[in-house]
Order: sequence, then C-alpha cells, then structure tokens
Amino acid sequence: MKHQKLEKNIGLMGVLIAIVVSFAGLVEIVPLMFQASVVEPHPNLKPYTALQLAGRDIYISEGCYNCHSQQIRPFVDETMRYGHYSMASEFVYDRPFQWGSKRTGPDLHRVGGKYSDEWHEYHLMDPRSVVPESNMPGYPWLAEQTVDAEQVAAGMKTLKDWFGHPYTDAQLASAKADVEGKTKLEAVIAYLQVLGTSIPRSYK
Amino acid sequence: MKTNFTDEIVKKFAIVTIMWGIVGMLVGVFIAAQLAWPALNFDIPFLTYSRLRPLHTNAVIFAFGGNALIGTSFYVAHKTCKAELFAPKLASFVFWAFQLIIVAAALTLPFGYTQSREYAELIWPIDVFLTIVWVAYAIVFFGTIVKRQEKHIYVANWFYAAFIITIALLHIVNNLQIPVNWHLSYSVYPGAVDALVQWWYGHNAVGFFLTAGFLGMMYYFVPKQAERPVYSYRLSIVHFWALISSYMWAGPHHLQYTSLPDWAQSLGMVFSLILLAPSWGGMINGIMTLSGAWHKLRDDPIIKILIVSLSFYGMSTFEGPMMSVKTVNALSHYTDWTVGHVHSGALGWVALMTIGSLYVLIPKLWGRKSMYSTKLINVHFWIATLGIVLYIASMWIAGVMQGLMWRDINADGSVVYSFIESIKATYPYYIARFLGGTMFLSGMFIMLYNVIKTIKSDKVSGEAA
Repeated sequence: MKHQKLEKNIGLMGVLIAIVVSFAGLVEIVPLMFQASVVEPHPNLKPYTALQLAGRDIYISEGCYNCHSQQIRPFVDETMRYGHYSMASEFVYDRPFQWGSKRTGPDLHRVGGKYSDEWHEYHLMDPRSVVPESNMPGYPWLAEQTVDAEQVAAGMKTLKDWFGHPYTDAQLASAKADVEGKTKLEAVIAYLQVLGTSIPRSYK
Repeated sequence: MKTNFTDEIVKKFAIVTIMWGIVGMLVGVFIAAQLAWPALNFDIPFLTYSRLRPLHTNAVIFAFGGNALIGTSFYVAHKTCKAELFAPKLASFVFWAFQLIIVAAALTLPFGYTQSREYAELIWPIDVFLTIVWVAYAIVFFGTIVKRQEKHIYVANWFYAAFIITIALLHIVNNLQIPVNWHLSYSVYPGAVDALVQWWYGHNAVGFFLTAGFLGMMYYFVPKQAERPVYSYRLSIVHFWALISSYMWAGPHHLQYTSLPDWAQSLGMVFSLILLAPSWGGMINGIMTLSGAWHKLRDDPIIKILIVSLSFYGMSTFEGPMMSVKTVNALSHYTDWTVGHVHSGALGWVALMTIGSLYVLIPKLWGRKSMYSTKLINVHFWIATLGIVLYIASMWIAGVMQGLMWRDINADGSVVYSFIESIKATYPYYIARFLGGTMFLSGMFIMLYNVIKTIKSDKVSGEAA
C-alpha cells in the first residue's frame, strides 16, 4: 500500500495509529495479570488493618512517594542498607502501588520495625530534631487531625467487594470503631511499622 | 488582516501557555529551593514539598505543554488544511474546560487530593471530566482535518493525530479505578501490575504528549521560520511509524531491577535502545531542514531557539536509551540523574520548542510584522540555555555522586556511607539547580514583557528595538 493513500484518508490513518500503539500494552501488561508470582500474595502477607489502611491513604495524600521508594533492588548495598530485596508477591494488596521513582530520602519498603513509634513521631513532627542534616518537610498537622473513619470503612469494603482482599466480616464490622478518634500521625506510623514485615529483614 | 475564529481561539491558548508556564516554573523554582532550604516548607500543609511537586509537574506538562499543544494543533490544522476550525463552539468549550481542569488541579493537589500516580495524580472526578474534554478536542481536530481543502494531510498533523489518539488510550487505561468516595479511589490493578500500567502510561506521556505532539509543532514551525521545506519526506514517514510503534514498549525501563518480572524489564530495555533511531530521525529531519539556510542561525534568535531545542531533543533521546540499559540504570535510578534527564528534555526540548514556536506565532496572530524586540529574544535564548546547562549539569553530578555513594562497600562488606551522607553531599548541587531554574524562569518573564509590548505595539510599525 502506498503511504499516499494514508495521507489522504484520516480515518484509515487514525485506525492504523490506534492498532500500532495497542500492541505493547497487550503483550506486556495483559500476560502480567496472569503470572502467578506477580498476582498471588506472599503466604505471610496480610491485608492492611483499618488503621494501617488509613495511614496508607494519608501517606498517599501527603505525597510521600515523591521522595521515598518502596522497592529494594537485589544489590548488595541495598540489601545491606534496607533489608531483603522486594518481591512482587508482597505488593498484591497495594492499590495503587507505592514503589516510587526517586530517593530524595531512603527506601521505606522494610522500614517496618526498624525504628520505634516514638522515633517516627519525633521524625514526622520535626525531621531535623532527630536527623539534623535532613531536608524532609515536617508534618506537624498529622498530630492534630483525626482519621476519617467513614472513609476507612468504605475503603476496606471496596477492597473486599471488588478485589477480594481477604478481610473477615469482623474486621469490616469493627473498622470504624478501630480508627475512631485516632490521629493521622498514629495511622501513618501504624502503616510505616507494617511495611515489608511479611518476611524478616534479613530473610535468606 | 482579517481576523477569523481560529486565530482568536489560538490567541487565547498562546496567552495561557505563557501564563501557566510562568506559574508552573515558579512552583518548580520554589520546590527546588525547598530541597536546598527545607525551612521553606514552613510546616504549612499546602506549601509542603511533597504536595507541591505534583502541582509543578502537572502545571508544566499539562497546563504549559497542553495549552501549547492544543493551541498550535488548532492553528496548524487550520493553516495546513486551509480550513476554519470544525465546530467553533466546541473548540471554545475545549479551551475553557481545559482551563477549568487546570484550576481544579491547583485546588486539589496542594490540599492532598491525589491518586499518587505520577503525572496522573488528578482524582477520579477530574479524570472523568478530562476524558470528555479530550473527546471534544479530538472532534474539533479531526473534524478540521476531514473538512480540509488540501488533498494531502501535512506531516505535522500525523503527529498531532497520534498524540490525541494515544493520550486518550493511556489516560483511560491508567485511570481505571473504583471510587470509595468523591475523592478517593483504588486502582483495579494489583501492586506490580499497577506499577507497569502506571509506567506504561508515564513513559508514553513523555512519548506522545511531550514528544509526538511537540514533533507536530516542530514540523510546522521549523520549516515556517527557516522558510525551507522539510528536509526529507521519506524520513518523516519512516520515523513517524517507527516512533509511535516502538515508544509504547519502552515503559518497563522505569522499573529495572524491581519486582517486575525480568522478561518485561528486558523487553523495555530492548525497545528503548531501538527507540534511539526514530528519535534521531526526527531530530535530523528538523535540523537538516535548515540546509542551505545555516546563516539564519547567526541572524535569527528564533531559529537558534528551535535548533537548540532539537539538539536537546537529540541529546536527551540518546541519554534515555543509555539510562534504560540495566547496568547504567542500576547506578542512575532513584538519583537526581533522572531529574536532570527529565529537565534536559522538558526545558531543553519541550519548553524551547514551545517558546520558539510562540515567537513565530504571536506576531502572526496579532498581525504584527515581528516581535517587539529581537534583542530580547536573543537575551531570552541565552539566559534559558545557560539556565538549562546549569540545571542539568548539577543534577548529573549529583546523581552520579549519589549512585556511587550508595553502592560503595567497605572491605568487610558493610556500606561506606549512611543515606543521610548522600543528602549532605547533595546540598550544593540543589542550590546550583535552584539557580539554573531561576535563570530559566526569568527568561519567561522577559518573554512575557516582549509579548505584551508586541501586542500593544502599533500594527504596522513592526520592530521597535
């Protein structure tokens, strides 16, 4: 076919463009949805509790992903610094994913259990009080605002109904009560403390 | 000079492009300062870096770049098709609705309403509205092509067409979410799949929004200003189809060495390397259009801007494939090198192409012989170019330094540096980057002044300085 023909027919050209740009997604993304190592949860992985999920929504809302990755690459220095490399099976309850693309601050995938709750509290309120050289912003308002309990309960229900996240009926029923009156600071810390804990940091 | 509807609507797009460009870059300079001097976060939620960085990226990509693309696509379609815009009322709707989306972005992102998908942070109700606006835009653009008086569809329109169609596809697939309430929604894709969908989108926002669309702009404004035909018709056909078919595959290079399965990473790397050829095809076709008119580089600062833009395009499309190579990526990923790479494309290619095209377009739209001051265009060229060089050089050095510090291992197998030591070492480069960005931003103010003086100048008198 002569290209001249396309240059005179915008309909034909549009259809061809649409076909040409569709291949990659079909070949790269669709098979991934059926690859067990990617979509099956790690045996120890649990869905986020009400407070952890609330903390995750706040982590997203504050834009923490702009500076912190949650993805440890299989390199000596990274496993030394952050712990065992990340596996796809640890992320199946992450919607959206929070792998990030830039480390202005350190990776957080296995930050769970690395520091005390008190340390996180000081650090989130005023990062330079514990790490003098840090350029991280402070998030003092997290201590003054409370979690939206209604939203957390609705979120857990959405995750179960639409995506089959294995919440028990008891968890759903108590979701609102579990987070009622909790500060955003408590929620974020609960989320940070569970990150990457489905396997031990130095898992072999 | 008779005014027509198309010129009137393109004027509006031209003005808001400059306006949003200044706003977006101002936010960029501010967040650059915050990284160097964190006290500038002031402990105020809506002024905090992590909330403002998405505002910066969205403002410069979609408000500055988007208005430039939609406006010039209307103008180019109108000129090359010798036809008035199809459905003028719909075109007006596209303009006002698109500005409304930008305002909605500025009112949601700083207040913590976000999907956290990079370059697709806008919450679901805005996504839905954007889909409607995009369909309206497609109707106006393709409608104009259909009612054209020319038999052939000019090459610039192929690129605009690919940009419009593909962005629609990317936007819809990447934003498939289940709403929880009016602002929160959860992605239909789990973890690793979500990551690939997002970077398939993210990479092709670069490939189609920031590349194909701007190549469309290039294919009209470079030949126009050089007063030469496009260098090679055949090359434009080959690199068009090669570019749009290979770009889509390269997304996984954003996820090298992550939990994404290896086969997808390798596929992404291979296609990224292939992508060098069609990218350079576009650069060569643009630069060689100046064949026989090289002297214009000496006399005409607008040509200088356009050709330096194409040179940055060539440079960043060489750097990109290189960074997709897994061994290079192991060093560069997560560092400021990536930020430098993005800005050599965003400031060097996208912004300079927009600026050059506007300098061609604005006197024509307002019926003036030329811009108010050619000298000020030259000043803008130099301050912008030097600003870019300072910006990307500081980020290159910072990025390579960070990568090397992170991977340094002692003889006993422990890491040499703690993470905070790499931040401490980066501060001087954050200050240099802030200065580079400030230079580029001040160029935009020079442009604004020049544009205002041009519009206010006497219609016939032409150049005053």
